Amino acid sequence: MAEQQAIQTEFPGKIHEIPGGGVVLSKLDDIINWARSNSLWPLTFATSCCGIEYMSVAGAKYDFSRFGFEVARASPRQADVIIIAGTIVNKMAPVLKRLYDQMADPKYVIAMGACAISGGPFFYNTYSVVKGADHVIPVDVYVAGCPPRPEALLHSLITLQQKIKSGLTREQIRIGKE
Amino acid sequence: MQQEELKIKLSALLPAATFEEGGEWLTMQVEPTDWPALANNLLTEPTLNFNFLFCLTCVDWKTHLTMVYHLSSRTFGHNMVVKVQLDAAKPVIATVSDLWRTAEFHEREVYEMFGVNFLNHPDLRLLILPDGWEGKNPLRKDFEDPINMIKL
Amino acid sequence: MIEEIGTTPEGELIINVGPQHPSTHGVLHLVITLSGETIRKVEPHLGYIHRSIEKMCESLTYRQFIYVTSRMDYLSAHINNHACALTVEKGLQIEVPARAQVIRVLMDELTRVASHELWWGSMAMDLGAFTPFFHAFRERESINEIMEETCGARLTMNYMVPGGVVQDIHPNFQKKVKAFLQLYKLKIHEYDELVTGNIIFQNRMKGVGIIKPEDALSYGVTGPAARGSGVSCDVRKIYPYEIYDTLDFEEVLETAGDSFARYMVRIREMQQSIRIIEQLIDNIPEGDFQAKTKAVLKLPKGDYYTRVETARGELGVYIVSEGGTTPYRIKFRSPGFSNLSILDHIARGSKLGDLVAMMGTLDLVIPDIDR
Repeated sequence: MAEQQAIQTEFPGKIHEIPGGGVVLSKLDDIINWARSNSLWPLTFATSCCGIEYMSVAGAKYDFSRFGFEVARASPRQADVIIIAGTIVNKMAPVLKRLYDQMADPKYVIAMGACAISGGPFFYNTYSVVKGADHVIPVDVYVAGCPPRPEALLHSLITLQQKIKSGLTREQIRIGKE
Repeated sequence: MQQEELKIKLSALLPAATFEEGGEWLTMQVEPTDWPALANNLLTEPTLNFNFLFCLTCVDWKTHLTMVYHLSSRTFGHNMVVKVQLDAAKPVIATVSDLWRTAEFHEREVYEMFGVNFLNHPDLRLLILPDGWEGKNPLRKDFEDPINMIKL
Repeated sequence: MIEEIGTTPEGELIINVGPQHPSTHGVLHLVITLSGETIRKVEPHLGYIHRSIEKMCESLTYRQFIYVTSRMDYLSAHINNHACALTVEKGLQIEVPARAQVIRVLMDELTRVASHELWWGSMAMDLGAFTPFFHAFRERESINEIMEETCGARLTMNYMVPGGVVQDIHPNFQKKVKAFLQLYKLKIHEYDELVTGNIIFQNRMKGVGIIKPEDALSYGVTGPAARGSGVSCDVRKIYPYEIYDTLDFEEVLETAGDSFARYMVRIREMQQSIRIIEQLIDNIPEGDFQAKTKAVLKLPKGDYYTRVETARGELGVYIVSEGGTTPYRIKFRSPGFSNLSILDHIARGSKLGDLVAMMGTLDLVIPDIDR
């Protein structure tokens, strides 16, 4: 039951009834986090097999547009979250860094699949695989699987949304410390 | 054409060639200097007509390299394999990309992975490996990479 | 990488398509030289997903290297595994039981249908239509469910091993496949209404990217891309393996050679695969699903080559063995590698918008090319 309440997305804030209507009192940070988490637009970035499961999640059976991820943008300047679906190799790593740098703050990263977490099945005896995408860019959520089931990817998207709502993302911690 | 007929015909074309025993298809061993003329004959001779080169690769045997060409004929249906032995220190062979256009990409891949120099190739440079890997031929048996490779 | 490519004559422009691009179906980097909207030269830069699979397989045993090959052309994962298992069986002279052969062919044909479905959906999306994508994934999800019950995974199932298959089919398998066939026949007319009969698609694909038959042979093009030009190259017919010589199906050929011909070849191939599944689904023989093999497999010294027909063309597996437990050299002759080499030849002189139609109908999967 506690988990169900955590997923319910009520508007953050307390409503005070006054004659003629009501007043909502809240923190600005909470409202901004709520708005950001409910409309994250992913970048279409798929290098290998996990890309097909990503496309399945975009399909009609496991639909991620229910959670606000509908509009997948092709340009990194217009995207909020990059889902690294597939293996990153030495030749692709500078390209990934360049894409990440082009995205505007606040931006989030999900590492999908074993290859993006740690090199996956290509860990031993390969001369060209980067052993984990977090050697290149900082990652927020890791999804295990090879490839992860569509439900696992949906779970990771919801986890990212909860992370944003609770105010624990990298930029907010960095800004909070300054 | 059956294997026996092919063997007779090919021995007539190139008496210096040897044939390997066993194997599913007729396997012919050729010297690098004889290869260009033989390739032309295999393609243009009307009863042979090997017009489909379906695999071009190289095997590193430490003392020498062996180029392996798998050929097939779409008109007659026969298949054969040609092997050419090259020196491991300085492997050089003529290109066949003017006869079978598919060899362009395949030979570029063999060049970067094994270091074989193809004479008269229109565009011999790295295809799959990133910049800076010229000279390091990863699929050779003496490729050293202490960080990534675990010796069993 | 920023590099000096060179100066161009007046009026020519060099642009990059990829590596991150929604319609390249993977990470393909094309450097296109344009003069206005007309393409002068297309140069593919590969290697953005080169995972050094051939080097890795030299340190894996003959049972272990099969899992890596399902990740090469992941849309026909079963067929890749099948090719590797056949090569090892050829070397060890293992006799595969009849039940295992029929199960393997059924899985192959289901994979072929699923791969063509995804091709259809994403090609239509590249040309600008979003609806066919969802229709295609609806059918693909039914097939994935069937696979998941029997093989355990939806995409990279390592179900074929030297000797047969890993485990027997699930009791629900026949029922679910029959239900899928019923559903498919009901919905197939939607494909004609949405895309095939649509005048916009026909105009975008007819006359675009014509491959002549002698070019197809010389460039090594196989699969539906060559069959669209009339070149008969189906490995299941010419060099049959497993039980394909006992089945009744046609090799689909078209003569026009343009993108629309390649499109129609794939649509009709889906129907031929359905025909094969219908012939087999009620006649699965009883028996073992795996032949008895030794615990440690060692191929005798020599070279072994097997060819199979994947959804994209002819896949070849070439194993050179020295008698040990691991292969000495493995080479995968991938269909995409040769299919891509003809792109430069057919794209010269056409417009940039047609390049998308050409790449879509050549059906490239980039991890297959880079290995």
